[in-house]
Amino acid sequence: METTIAEITHLKKSFGSNRVLNDISFAIEKGENLAVLGKSGSGKSVLIKCLVGLLEPDGGKIILLGQNILGLKEEELNDVRKKVGFLFQSAALYDSMSVRENLEFPLRDLKSKPQKEIDTLVIEALKNVGLEDAIDKMPSELSGGMRKRVGLARTLILKPEIILYDEPTTGLDPITSEEISKLILDVQKKYNTASIIITHDIECARITANRMILIKDGMVLTEGTFKEISESKDEWIRSFFNRPKE
Amino acid sequence: MEPLNNIPLQHKVVIEKLSKPYEIPFTKALKGFFEEVTLLTKFTFRFFKEVVKPRYEFNEFIRQSYLIGYKSFPLVAITGLILGLVLTVQSRPTLAEFGAVSWLPSMVAVSIIRELGPAITSLIFAGKVGSGIGAELASMKVTEQIEAMEVAGNNPFKYLVVTRVLATTLMLPLLVIAGDTVSMYGAYIAVNIKGAISFHLFFLQVFESLDFSDIFPAIIKTFFFGFAIGLIGCYKGYNSNNGTEGVGVAANSAVVYGLLSVFLLDMIAVQITSLLT
Repeated sequence: METTIAEITHLKKSFGSNRVLNDISFAIEKGENLAVLGKSGSGKSVLIKCLVGLLEPDGGKIILLGQNILGLKEEELNDVRKKVGFLFQSAALYDSMSVRENLEFPLRDLKSKPQKEIDTLVIEALKNVGLEDAIDKMPSELSGGMRKRVGLARTLILKPEIILYDEPTTGLDPITSEEISKLILDVQKKYNTASIIITHDIECARITANRMILIKDGMVLTEGTFKEISESKDEWIRSFFNRPKE
Repeated sequence: MEPLNNIPLQHKVVIEKLSKPYEIPFTKALKGFFEEVTLLTKFTFRFFKEVVKPRYEFNEFIRQSYLIGYKSFPLVAITGLILGLVLTVQSRPTLAEFGAVSWLPSMVAVSIIRELGPAITSLIFAGKVGSGIGAELASMKVTEQIEAMEVAGNNPFKYLVVTRVLATTLMLPLLVIAGDTVSMYGAYIAVNIKGAISFHLFFLQVFESLDFSDIFPAIIKTFFFGFAIGLIGCYKGYNSNNGTEGVGVAANSAVVYGLLSVFLLDMIAVQITSLLT
């Protein structure tokens, strides 16, 4: 039986007079990869930031891992966040720390664990993204693709139940983009995690997603598999998928 | 009537501007000032709340103390040495006019220990450390590093702000003591350029002229200077916005407000000291 990992109902968010999310509702099941597509500025990143409590929505309900995160105290929210992975668009590696220290940082609350065990976890996470040789490098010494991989390794180290990817392939060349997309798929298979992939990269969505939703004007325009959506007759969707008008 | 959708964009912008209620620039500035003060007060309260709450980031505090204190020592030492030298050289002719050159060590010691040492070191510290903290935290904000700590279930305020503010609070007094000491060596060198006085006699005169009421208030006030510099640097960096432009603004305003706070606190400290002594 499938379990619902996250459920978003009638989510609304405005910045001043600019309404970014109008009425968003969707759910994601365990082990599912859900791609959220939309034009730049359509509120995709705002959506996942609301999901982890980085932004407070104006209305609606967010049930994440069985808890309504909008009513949680800071400590309770942090406990939920520890089960959620978040890969930022820029990877958000800590500049002043080496790759090893970056990966050790989320494990700080597990200091009761011996250093040997922490080292094993760090190496295992880096092996998963094919970067065990970069362990002692500084973030400034890494390429864009490597930074994304290290960011993903840091996300994986706490073995999250759901991973939120914010534009995972933005700014990368097509080959590296494909590698990252395949890595997202590998992570899903290996850890059976649910993932929400925020992207406007159609190829990334095609490779990674089991299901997709398309956002327009702060609302879910359509929902379905890649095949279903890409074959839509809607003119706007066709133009989004870069297909000629019929 | 022409529908609103058909109006060109530049006209729409003008209409939007005109439809907003007019705010007098002075009122706007005053409102901004009070908003800033309110936010800074909230930030300060949060600091005091977080500082007592476990977990304690001891390792990061030590690292920050090293970066903020030890790494600032060369600059403070050079400034202190020059301060002692220049003050002595400049004061000599005036004292010579009154035949009071023998008072030079005492005069320089009281000036440096009571006011110039703490003030100059704090200003240097605000420029170097305040701007550094402001820029570092602002760039972490821009590159989503602070948010990354937050979503990993860690407390970035505790890790980044509390450790830095504690480090500046404790390191500035130590730097002032070091800077004052080097200044006195500078003064000793300057006295010996045109005259001759033994090391022992020079420092004997220095310590004879100094009282506990000269040394302690001067050191105690630097804890407050350090706290203000660290807190303002962190506040400006932690709450920066507007992307990379915000990094420059945060660094700049951390220095400006840091310096201003040092002068204001110094003025208050002088009043309190004069009332107590």
